Amino acid sequence: MLVNNRPKCLRSFFQEMTHIRVVEETFLDLFAQGVIGGTVHTCLGQEAVAVGLISALNLDLDIICSNHRGHGHFLAYCGDTSSLVAEILGQPSGVCGGIGGSQHLQMKNFYSNGILGGMAPVAVGMAFAEKLKGSGAVVVQFMGDGAMAEGAVYEAMNMAALWKLPIMFAVENNQYAQSTHWNAQHSGMLEQRSESFGVPMVDIDGNDVEEVYHTTQHLINEIRTQCTPRLMFMRTYRIGPHSKGDDLRDPKEIDLHQQQEPLSRLRKKLDPSWVTSIEKQIRQEVALLVANLRKE
Amino acid sequence: MASYLSGLQSGLKEALTANRKVIVLGEDIVDPYGGAFKVTKGLSTCFPERVISTPICEGGFTGVAVGMALRGFRPVIEIMFGDFLTLCSDQIVNHMAKFPDMYNNQVKVPLVIRTPMGGGRGYGATHSQSLEKMFLGIPGIKVVAPSHLHATNDILKYAILNDDDPVLFIENKLLYPLEQHVHVFMEQSVEISGYPTVALRNFSTGKPDVTIIAYGGLSLEIVPLLAKLHDDELNVNAVFPSSLWPVPVETLTRYGAQCGRIVLCEESSAGFNWGSEIAALLYENLHGKLAAPIARLASASQAIPAARQLEIKTLISAQDIENAVWELMS
Repeated sequence: MLVNNRPKCLRSFFQEMTHIRVVEETFLDLFAQGVIGGTVHTCLGQEAVAVGLISALNLDLDIICSNHRGHGHFLAYCGDTSSLVAEILGQPSGVCGGIGGSQHLQMKNFYSNGILGGMAPVAVGMAFAEKLKGSGAVVVQFMGDGAMAEGAVYEAMNMAALWKLPIMFAVENNQYAQSTHWNAQHSGMLEQRSESFGVPMVDIDGNDVEEVYHTTQHLINEIRTQCTPRLMFMRTYRIGPHSKGDDLRDPKEIDLHQQQEPLSRLRKKLDPSWVTSIEKQIRQEVALLVANLRKE
Repeated sequence: MASYLSGLQSGLKEALTANRKVIVLGEDIVDPYGGAFKVTKGLSTCFPERVISTPICEGGFTGVAVGMALRGFRPVIEIMFGDFLTLCSDQIVNHMAKFPDMYNNQVKVPLVIRTPMGGGRGYGATHSQSLEKMFLGIPGIKVVAPSHLHATNDILKYAILNDDDPVLFIENKLLYPLEQHVHVFMEQSVEISGYPTVALRNFSTGKPDVTIIAYGGLSLEIVPLLAKLHDDELNVNAVFPSSLWPVPVETLTRYGAQCGRIVLCEESSAGFNWGSEIAALLYENLHGKLAAPIARLASASQAIPAARQLEIKTLISAQDIENAVWELMS
């Protein structure tokens, strides 16, 4: 089972986040080479959300509903790089036998789907099920600022609060819905919406893995003990393209955010020689794993 | 003898009693109201924890039921009017129907969506349609629509308790008060487990002159029509599958082959409907064995008017079916 007893120190966060970054950069390379088709939505720059949040869950119990940008969530959940890479390479050893692909991953208590906002009511139903069972599980439902334009999200928040369900809506505000800045598709303040449904909200820096981790611990504890929903609003930035090479943003804007992206920030807090060696090690491990899978 | 409605009511109650994983969700379904068509009447009094009224968000609570099914429950939801299935279509098509297949059969979604369809009550364009044709042919779901020749209790209980696939369960508003029609000239065959096809003939021996194939609420029109055609000395067999999708194709082919004259009838609007697929399948299977082209009848391709005298002209009628039968015999 996925007992979450891994160390929660800065080094381990850095290691996991770097691993996600390297795997996703590899996907973009493989896509560019034509080795993988379809589409790949990476979470470059959002790794602190995946690692910080999921490190604070009880992975034997809690449930994750992820979205189209879910590789980071998946790797932080189970660390099973091989089954993810194989899935995206379309191989039978993939986590869903290659049928699901990048956006449709399922393992144990992890479920992702590619319809924006569509998993919000499904996650509410899971939370209802766990409440009825008395399991003590909390459901975490990931969505971006883009999905917050979908009506299903608000139907879900209403029911979650009405029925007092153990669910955390985890909003990754990466500021872009595909190519559209959040300002151009939302009126009003995104972070203020949930409270009108009776879902308390906490607004945090989603690029600070420690803040994400500690806030999640606190909120999950509240949800588990009070059996009421919460929303965690995490401010981050998608430094990569929406999917493949389709990025039309001003490079200056992206450069500015590069300084604030979570791995750059974490690197400054760690011993540079350790960082260099661990980054090298992770790159070699991932390259070897991918090379071996491609031989199959 | 049970009515169409009482069969559904007792089916739900028996399913809730048999398995604690059964949960019923829908708008205004708890007592004292008991649902717009009273199918859930009395249930919340017996099972207050497991019969739950929802906000008016059909897409949302369909998703909730999908999530419950993924986590081990066997939910049943009521969509107050079948017309509102359009609001649930994303959850039906991109969630409920997809999860088992796209997750490589690592999960199951045992979920029943019950909803009343059909016109004849003057509700107008958005509360009278037969929209089940929008969901026919979607991989991963079943679409079931009993007539009043079926035992609604058995079929609903099977869908809830025994079917691990998601089922869209279509009821007909005009059939609710009717007693289940039983007759000595009736036979039942089960090609799709749990969802029998019932055939009713108006003659004791010999072959039919015409085979009518229909489903759901049209049994109301067709049962009296059979008696009338018997008086006119025409042998007619009327076949009512309860499973629309998947199609009990061998059963329908067998009945169609008996005389080679087939009338397909449905209440939905004409064009790209159930009969289109059934006719195509029957043409493939009965090539060279048909005495006449298959007749396909449906309601007019237009918004259903609210005014009763206009609505009657829009919906398929017994007269339309009778005319088609005689046309095939001419």
